[in-house]
Amino acid sequence: MNKLSIPIFGLSALLAISISHACSDYSVKEVSSGIYYHQGVHEEPSENNIGAIANVGFIIGEQCVAVIDSGGSYLEGTHLRQAIKNKTDLPVCYVINTHVHPDHIFGNAAFKGDSPTFVGHEKLPAAIAAREGFFARTFKETLGNAYTGTEFIAPSQTVSLDKPITLDLGNRILTLTAYSTSHTDHDLTVLDNKTKTLWTGDLLFMERIPVMDGSINGWIETMKKMQTMELNFLIPGHGEASSDQWQQGLEKQLHYFTLIRDEIRIIIEDLGTIDQASKQVGILEQNSWELFEHYHRRNVTASFVQLEWE
Amino acid sequence: MLNRILTLLIISLTFFNVSAYAATPSEPLWPTLKTAYFGDKEIREAANDLLIIEAPKRAEDAAIVPITVKSLVAQTADKYIKNIHIVIDNNPEPYSANFNLSPELGLIDISTRMRVDQYTFVRAIAEMNDGSLHMVSRFVKASGGCSAPAGKDAAAALARLGKMQIRMRKPTVGKPVQAQVIVSHPNYNGLQFDQKSRLYIDAHYIKNINITYNDKPLISVDTGISVSEDPSIRFTFTPTEAGALSANVVDSEGQKFTHSKDI
Repeated sequence: MNKLSIPIFGLSALLAISISHACSDYSVKEVSSGIYYHQGVHEEPSENNIGAIANVGFIIGEQCVAVIDSGGSYLEGTHLRQAIKNKTDLPVCYVINTHVHPDHIFGNAAFKGDSPTFVGHEKLPAAIAAREGFFARTFKETLGNAYTGTEFIAPSQTVSLDKPITLDLGNRILTLTAYSTSHTDHDLTVLDNKTKTLWTGDLLFMERIPVMDGSINGWIETMKKMQTMELNFLIPGHGEASSDQWQQGLEKQLHYFTLIRDEIRIIIEDLGTIDQASKQVGILEQNSWELFEHYHRRNVTASFVQLEWE
Repeated sequence: MLNRILTLLIISLTFFNVSAYAATPSEPLWPTLKTAYFGDKEIREAANDLLIIEAPKRAEDAAIVPITVKSLVAQTADKYIKNIHIVIDNNPEPYSANFNLSPELGLIDISTRMRVDQYTFVRAIAEMNDGSLHMVSRFVKASGGCSAPAGKDAAAALARLGKMQIRMRKPTVGKPVQAQVIVSHPNYNGLQFDQKSRLYIDAHYIKNINITYNDKPLISVDTGISVSEDPSIRFTFTPTEAGALSANVVDSEGQKFTHSKDI
C-alpha cells in the first residue's frame, strides 16, 4: 500500500458520508403492494436528522400517486419526492396531511411543482393558522438549513367529521376519515381499500412516547374503536409498520393513557397540583417508551387541565 | 397605578411585539422592560428573604406553565405586599399579571398557569404598601417539538366558555385553606393568523378575576394574553367566619362571569 492511498481513502470515505447524509440514505420500505413509507427516527427534530422523525410515504395507483404526510422539513419533502420518482413516473395528485405537526406537514412545499390537491381534516386550516407563527420561529432554529423552503400549505380539499371521502388513484380507492379530537383536534386516517392498509398518522405511536395535543378522553375512545378494525397492515405515525404488531402497540398506548388518566384524576380529586402530578404520575412507564423524558410530563400537564373539567 | 400599567402595556405591545416573530432574543430585554413598567424606581433583586417563585426548569407544555409565588413574611396591616407583578421577558406581551393582594391574606401562596413561548426569565415583583419593589426570578427553558402555545381543542374551549369552578379542601373557620378558581375561556392572544381572511384573530381574553370573601377583597388579578387557556388562580386564605367565597370575572369583550361557594 503506498502512502497516497490512505488520504485518498480518507477523502472518499468523507465524500461517501456527506453524500449519504444528503440523500441516498433516505430509504423507503414497501409495506404492501404499491405502498411505501420512510420510517422516522426516534429523536427530537434537528438539522442533523432534517426533521425526519415521523413516518411519511406514498401510495401508487394506476393513474397517480398520493403522498401521506410530506416530511418534517422542506428538505425531507424533496427526499421523499425523489424516492417517489425512483419508483414511478406517475404524477403526484394528492398530498394528504394527517394533522398539523411539523414532522408531518413541513415537506408540503416540495410537492408544489406537481400541483397536487392538498387534503386534510376540516379543522386543519385553523390549526395551521394558530401555530404557523410559532412553528416558523422555533423550527427555523431547530432545523437550520433543512428548514429553508418550508411553507405552510393549508388543504384545499377537506374531510368533515362523520363524512369520510374517497380518492381514486386509478384502480385504487383510498378512504379518508376525519376524527373527533384525539391526538389533535384534526386527526385524519387513510385506508387503502385494496390492501386493507391503514395510515393512522399520530393516532398511534409505536416505541416512541405518544404526545397528547388534543383530548385525552377523546383519544382513549378513538383507540378503543381502532382496536376493532380489521386490517392487513398498519402504518403508525411513529415506529415500525406491521401486519401483526400494531394491536399490541395500540394496547400499550391505551394502557399508558388510561393509567395516567386514573392517576391524574386521583390527584385532582385531592386538590393536588400539576407540578405534583408531573412528578408522580406514570413513573412506572418510563422504561417502556423512547423519549419518555421529553414528552411524558407534557402529557400529564396537558391532560391535567382537561380532566379538571370532568 | 392601574391606568399607568395599562398605558405601559399598550406601549410595550407596540414596541415589543416584534419579539413574537423574532428568534429567541440574545439581548436581555429586562432593562428596557423594567423602565417601561416601573420607570426609574429601584427594584431590589434576588429578594429571596421575602419571596419564592416556583416554575418548571423547562416549559413542558408551552401552553400551560405552572407558576407559583409564595411570600416568606406574613401580611400585616402595617406591612404587606400590595401587588405582585408577573413579567415574562420574552413573551409577546411580557407584562403578564398584576395581583392586588389583601393585607388579610396571611402568607401569600398563589399559583397560576402561563403561556411561555421561548427561553425566558419569569419574574415576580412584589410591591409593598410602602411602594418599595422586590424581585425574584426563574429561568424557564422553552419546550421542544410540537408544543405550540395554541389551544388543543378550540371547539371544546369555546363550548364551555364562562363555566367556572371554585374548588377547595374542606375548609375550617380560622384555619388556612387552599382554594382554586378556574374559568373556562379560550384566552385568545390575538397573535393567531387566519389564513383565509389574512387577518389576525382578535384577542379575546380575561382581563380581571376578582376574588372576595363575604364581599371583602382577597385577590384581584389583572390578567393579559400570557395567561393560559382556562385561567386558574390557586391561593391560600383563612376564612375568619362562615360566608361565601366569590369570584367575578370580566373579559376583554366586557362579558362577565361569576361564581361563589359557601363555607
